[in-house]
Amino acid sequence: MIDQIIQTVGIVIAGVAVCIAYFAGSNWLLDKTLAIPFAPHVKRERWRSAARPWLFLAPALLLLGVYLVYPVVETARLSFYDTNAENFVGLANYSFIVMDGNFLTTIRNNLLWLIVVPTMATAGGLVVAVLADRVWWGNIAKTFVFMPMAISFVGASVIWKFVYDYRGPDSEQIGLLNAIVTSFGMDPQAWITIGFWNNFFLMVILIWIETGFAMVILSAALRGVPQDTIEAARIDGATELQIFFKILIPQVLSTLVVVWTTITIKVLKVFDIVLAMTNGQWDTGVLANLMYDWMFRGGGDYGISSALAMVLMLAVIPVMAFNIRRFRAEEAQR
Amino acid sequence: MKSKFTLLTLSVHALLMAIVLAWTIPTFGLFVSSFREPAQLAASGWWTSMSTQTRAEMRRTGGVQSVVPDGDQFAIAGRLFPESSGLVIERFSTKSSSPDEFAVGATITLGDGQVFDDEDGQSDGTLLVNADGTYKLTLTHTYEEERGMRVFFIGQVPPSFSTDNYAKVMAAEGVEQAFLNTFKVTIPATFIPILVAAFAAYAFSWMNFPGRKVLFIAVVGLLVVPLQMTLIPLLRMYNDVGAMLGVPSKTYVGIWLAHSAFGLPLAIYLLRNYMASLPRDIIESARIDGATHFQIFTRIVLPLSIPALASFAIFQFLWVWNDLLVGLVFLGKDPDQIILTSKLRELLGSRGDSWEILTASAFVSIAVPLAVFFSLQRFFVRGLLSGSVK
Repeated sequence: MIDQIIQTVGIVIAGVAVCIAYFAGSNWLLDKTLAIPFAPHVKRERWRSAARPWLFLAPALLLLGVYLVYPVVETARLSFYDTNAENFVGLANYSFIVMDGNFLTTIRNNLLWLIVVPTMATAGGLVVAVLADRVWWGNIAKTFVFMPMAISFVGASVIWKFVYDYRGPDSEQIGLLNAIVTSFGMDPQAWITIGFWNNFFLMVILIWIETGFAMVILSAALRGVPQDTIEAARIDGATELQIFFKILIPQVLSTLVVVWTTITIKVLKVFDIVLAMTNGQWDTGVLANLMYDWMFRGGGDYGISSALAMVLMLAVIPVMAFNIRRFRAEEAQR
Repeated sequence: MKSKFTLLTLSVHALLMAIVLAWTIPTFGLFVSSFREPAQLAASGWWTSMSTQTRAEMRRTGGVQSVVPDGDQFAIAGRLFPESSGLVIERFSTKSSSPDEFAVGATITLGDGQVFDDEDGQSDGTLLVNADGTYKLTLTHTYEEERGMRVFFIGQVPPSFSTDNYAKVMAAEGVEQAFLNTFKVTIPATFIPILVAAFAAYAFSWMNFPGRKVLFIAVVGLLVVPLQMTLIPLLRMYNDVGAMLGVPSKTYVGIWLAHSAFGLPLAIYLLRNYMASLPRDIIESARIDGATHFQIFTRIVLPLSIPALASFAIFQFLWVWNDLLVGLVFLGKDPDQIILTSKLRELLGSRGDSWEILTASAFVSIAVPLAVFFSLQRFFVRGLLSGSVK
């Protein structure tokens, strides 16, 4: 164990050293090579300042190019090719998945997730942010609601699988939910196997995680709302609910949209929770899981699984465009 | 008016309290359960574990190695449970269907054929059980089985917690190795992107080059690319590179680079936003004094950017530690490579009913991120606020 730790530390130091050596070394080289007096001083300086940004950028651009840009283009290409990426098959993969019953179920599930999770998490986060600002122990409350953000999806799945645990009606329930249900005299249920509704029991896990995120962002936005707008409304006799809906909400609307889209992206990519809870059984599959299945099932079908990834990508593109537009608007204000 | 106000305040407190409880109780239940005995964990809800419970249990007497001659008969004596467990037996029997048949302290007669197979028309022996768990089993024949006889009882079970489950999963289930593997993945995968992104972010904020704006917009676009889009080409590339160089395709170096690259867009975005907001005067006066970009970066901008670096470091650490998908695709499932999340998911499949193993393993995997979260929450929140896009 000790030598493992030493090995890891050694690797970290070596890795960081390589990075530093690259940046320092390439800069030094640039200063040295172009210092050879083969051009007038001013021109040399211009060359140097033209080359230096690319030295700073090179490792980042290389990593982004190899690990993100190239694969996106390549996946798009593979989605038009067959199982082993050898023959061009046109839209065959797409027409296959559209006809596939599994795909239709996962699309239905994905839509359910996309409607329910961002809405509930954003609304929940807003409620907690508003409530926590009104009590003296608000910060402690926020810490606890925020805490699940640090827990992995798999860890959260274990936590909730334990809550949903099911024992036969004759034995004592050790799952919290069934214990509550039976204490009201109802029959215990195997929650994650109940068709259709089981999706919602899985969604609870992601809502549980993302509410804290929404709360933190919205809490900061609410604090930015000018106090005098609230005071003025109060003097005019507005109720607390009116203040909330007519004064606070409109002023944090843009933040609400950002939070909502951010959670939407995470929901689109949801994979771990479904894999750990049901592995897509009982009609709970989502796109990311179906894609993963096709990637490895029977040696893997690159064509179909690429086509499924493309569906995810298409769903993300509007958000991407929205982010870029928002970024450009912010830059224009700088 | 006044009373309405307090009613409102009261309901605010109550509602918030209800939400906080709903958010914490599931984790708390897992935490408590991970310290309970497997038998108790499987038999009763964790919320009953804090107080003494009256419940039915089963223990075994000693087996063949505990038999001693007792006159013309044979005896097995001892304790059904260690004295330290604090159990108090109230009623007992040898039948699972009616554990409350006899009062404790009684010597009961065992039926013919109950212990031994041959039916000779006589009882097989007697059994005495005391409240503290001491027993004496007297038999007419010698006992030859490895496992002792089952004794069912109703007793008072005091709260009992231990770290046995942790000891078990760490060693026997290979969680300790997975824990180390996860560190081995996480730490380099946190450091590398910070360094790479810091240089790139500086270039984007303070250097002039053609295509600066377009490239940065591309980075903003890459922020939301689903990982799923990258997996197949990267898997193929890793296999090809592995075959070409004659090395395995699943290596730590491979996953470090993958995680580093996947974390880069957010890192560049966060750091660039932070660095660009540093006062222009500082950088320009340093330029006038003849400092090179490299000097400005290492001596001025980097030290000033520590808060943003820390925010991203926490993000990346949590993201890599908690990741499952990248670990599944880029690392193997052998003990020397499997990461905690992957291990946990494997246990969910293979040991789905052994809650003592699942709860303890899950807590091992969430303990580190929780510790990071509670100690560095401030930086984490700051990072979220400045880059709520990923």
